Amino acid sequence: MLDATGRPRSLFLLGGTSDIALAVAERYAARTPGLRVVLAARPGERRDAAVSRLQGLGCEVHAVDLEARSVESHEQAVRAAAGHGDLDVSVVAYGVLGDNERAWTDVAAGTELAEVNFVGPLAAGILLGEQVRRQGHGVVVALSSVAAERPRRSNFVYGATKAGTDAFFTGLGEALREHGGHVLVVRPGFVRSKMTAGLDPAPLATDPGHVADAVLAAVDARREQVWVPGAMRGVMVVLRHLPRPVFRRLPI
Amino acid sequence: MRGTAPAVQRRTLTGWGRTAPSAADVASPRSPDEVASLVAAPRVGGDRPHRGVLARGLGRSYGDAAQNAGGLVLDMTGCDRILAVDVEERVVRVEAGVSIDALTRTLLPLGLWLPVVPGTRQVTVGGAIAADVHGKNHHVSGSFGAHVLALDLVAADGEVRTLTPDGPGAEAFWATVGGMGLTGVVVRATLSCIPAETAYAVVRTERARDLDHLLDLLAEDDPDPYSVAWFDALARGPRMGRAVLTRGRLAQVGDLPARLAKHPSSFGAASRGPAVPVLPHGLLNRAMGRAFNELWFRKAPARPTTDVQPLGAFFQPLDGVRDWNRVYGPRGFCQYQFVVPESETDAFRRAVALIAGSGHPSCLNVLKRMGESGPGLLSFPAPGWTLAVDLPVGPGLDRLLDGLDDLVLGAGGRVYLAKDSRLRPDAVEAMYPRLGQFRSARRVLDPDGLFVSDLARRVLL
Repeated sequence: MLDATGRPRSLFLLGGTSDIALAVAERYAARTPGLRVVLAARPGERRDAAVSRLQGLGCEVHAVDLEARSVESHEQAVRAAAGHGDLDVSVVAYGVLGDNERAWTDVAAGTELAEVNFVGPLAAGILLGEQVRRQGHGVVVALSSVAAERPRRSNFVYGATKAGTDAFFTGLGEALREHGGHVLVVRPGFVRSKMTAGLDPAPLATDPGHVADAVLAAVDARREQVWVPGAMRGVMVVLRHLPRPVFRRLPI
Repeated sequence: MRGTAPAVQRRTLTGWGRTAPSAADVASPRSPDEVASLVAAPRVGGDRPHRGVLARGLGRSYGDAAQNAGGLVLDMTGCDRILAVDVEERVVRVEAGVSIDALTRTLLPLGLWLPVVPGTRQVTVGGAIAADVHGKNHHVSGSFGAHVLALDLVAADGEVRTLTPDGPGAEAFWATVGGMGLTGVVVRATLSCIPAETAYAVVRTERARDLDHLLDLLAEDDPDPYSVAWFDALARGPRMGRAVLTRGRLAQVGDLPARLAKHPSSFGAASRGPAVPVLPHGLLNRAMGRAFNELWFRKAPARPTTDVQPLGAFFQPLDGVRDWNRVYGPRGFCQYQFVVPESETDAFRRAVALIAGSGHPSCLNVLKRMGESGPGLLSFPAPGWTLAVDLPVGPGLDRLLDGLDDLVLGAGGRVYLAKDSRLRPDAVEAMYPRLGQFRSARRVLDPDGLFVSDLARRVLL
């Protein structure tokens, strides 16, 4: 459990090599000396690097394998993570941006995006929900996107997958309330990270550190939704209500 | 013959500080027999594997001591019968879920009072034993456990054991007194009482201009058994630690003015004051805290006075304000209470300075001198200076309290587990030297670790 001042004893990162997940881990590691981190990701150099980075911060790190497109792999990862003790904060952080033009014209490319960004997180959410009900507590942080709020021509397949994930975790939060669970849906704008490397930053671009700061603050306040940067919330309120002919002309 | 076990209901629970909620399956047994059957066959909703059992009283522990995330929680307030009162011998036998409020209302008309009452009457006898609570007379009378003549404990096997402070069950008794509910469920207790002619106290009130003055006043030889100081936790510089000291004794009929002497044992109505609404976060800010502290200090007479007060007003002033814990906003608050040895006035002074200089507003700040420790293995009270502050949860509070932990540990003191919601395991290990003995006693009573709480999981008791 998180203590009264917001210190967890354990952290479970799904997509543990994601820049945002690691930034969250660094901040919690600073709060809790000896924080236990279970890092689920595909085995390889990137995971090894993440493990040693967190060990360097004094964390007790356990690496487990996770393949985003395999439901079975999710089951094994959650079981392995829970085997180390209660899961205080879990972060579902993996996802891919994909190539929108391929994704909406090629069935294989489109459904792959859906598997990684929606089916996988859905499986993770169901399994984590089961764990929360068993524990009687637990925070689940799901990385959504402002793209989930209104489809755009330039990334609507990604937006569609994130919209599904966003809706699922929003509802999961309601379902887990009576079980002591707290689900936070995070809607960042453009984040300068591995995922967006090579793309031109959109207005209000942010970085993984800011997203992580917003995540910790929202978990502390038991908020269920957070936009990063905060100003994005107001922007999206406006964008959501623009007539389509206007919206489609915007340079975004 | 055991009764049938009552139904369970999933509920989210917090302590009085309203921090760190967790969900548990709550059962409300109506009798010690039902408690025994629930312990012997703990059931939880659905097909979840169970995560232990814990008794809960009126939920006045500030932190997570009366929570059991994912497990079974026994709401003991249904086991609240007063079984027998022996006025001649001054002994009362009760079920553990009875509140101190109900108990004192029954005892006073019979000319009896409890030797130790905590700062709220809204606690159960079982909770008072589990936390080994203390009162304003700790330096004279010790803690609650010192006046428990016997208790009935439902242990992990579902059997009832009668434990007494001496004799064969003594180790289990002193593991249970102050044991935070981790040795089993206290279902009945036999308590000794003291005579009380009236429902009033004779109270002397005086101001202390700063911390040194206050410590001098508290160190004086004092004819009165009860003493406590409220102090200003925000005043800095020369006024740091300015305080209002109240000392008193139970009044006799001869002490009362004529209009009160007609009904000397009338305790007053059960109704309590208005509920406090939840304030938006941040409303209880430093400015408001400062105003409150100033007001509280000014409210006290500038010169020492003596007056007669109802026992409730003297012992439990906050019981008049329903749900006062909501004033701290949605994130709740931490109460931090520590004790350091009397020789460590320097550490004590530094702790007060750390709090006053921290920017965290605290309003309900209590300071007193404690007497000798009791035999309770995990009991908090120890001889020296104790201080309690209420601090709303906000950024930086973790670091302030970690800093205080270090100071307290360095001075050979400890922090009160019944109020804690954020201590770390290594600190608890260092603060409670008899923890090892407690763990062995617990293993004997509960080898499989059936009784558990969020507190126990957090600090690895």
